[in-house]
Amino acid sequence: MLITCPYCGPRDVIEFTYQGDGNRQRPQPASQNLDAWNAYVYDRLNPAGDHNEIWQHSGGCRAHLRVVRNTLTHEISSTAFARGDHNSVARHRAEDKP
Amino acid sequence: MVERQSPLEPVLHPGSHGNFEHGVEIILSETRPGSILQLAAWPGEEKTLMAGIHAVTGLALPDGAGGGVTDGVRSVFGFAPGKFTVVDEAEGLASTFASVVTSAIGTVTDLSHGRTAIRIAGPKAEWVLAKFFAIDFALPAFPIGAGRSTMHHDVFAQIQRTGADQFDIYVFRSFARSFWKALCHASEEVGFEVQ
Ligand SMILES: [Zn+2]
Repeated sequence: MLITCPYCGPRDVIEFTYQGDGNRQRPQPASQNLDAWNAYVYDRLNPAGDHNEIWQHSGGCRAHLRVVRNTLTHEISSTAFARGDHNSVARHRAEDKP
Repeated sequence: MVERQSPLEPVLHPGSHGNFEHGVEIILSETRPGSILQLAAWPGEEKTLMAGIHAVTGLALPDGAGGGVTDGVRSVFGFAPGKFTVVDEAEGLASTFASVVTSAIGTVTDLSHGRTAIRIAGPKAEWVLAKFFAIDFALPAFPIGAGRSTMHHDVFAQIQRTGADQFDIYVFRSFARSFWKALCHASEEVGFEVQ
């Protein structure tokens, strides 16, 4: 499996570290909303098809990437830097009601 | 200045080795630069940092991922977004950059004692490195001056092409001896000389 890093180009998957499901929405650290925390920790879409994921190019430029991977074929349909992502922790902290 | 000891000392044996009866096709050496720095720009400050690198070293970085340049004494290349490795034969480059790369622009990390610089040269350099790293070493894909971040097993390596058949590899000092020995083994079948 090859992942095309936006900085380094196509690299073997061995250079990357999986950082988890890219659909998770992390509650504010002080949040006592148990449903939100439960969803963040346990709820997964587990799709048979395209899946939003976070990977780090740990054996290369070390950037964190937003990757769409097909769970049936391992085809990577898009990669982008996670930096500056509008689906970021900061945004959800602002929106989340504790 | 503290006298620096090379981690390669016990295993660096100058002379010809391996299958060199038909000629030496690889030359291995340790370049021992005085300064190895990592410079990082805050988001949006990349151009300012590149201008600072130009002002200090006289080296003009080309735009683009992994772009780099060398004049034989000083070298610089991008290894990550907004991050650059700068190398100088002379010591003391970190203090020069400390006044240029202000806290508003980014950071300076002195890795001079933390990295070991190994040079592999010769007509089979691409071929030997291709046994180690799953990246394209052909000249059109990896031009002179350019840098790459990759790894061999768990040994992280930054590689700069400093000639048509010459590459400088920067590895963690603590991994350098084992990496050097692996490089020697990989070069045996084509014949190599250690300088
Ligand atoms: Zn990368």
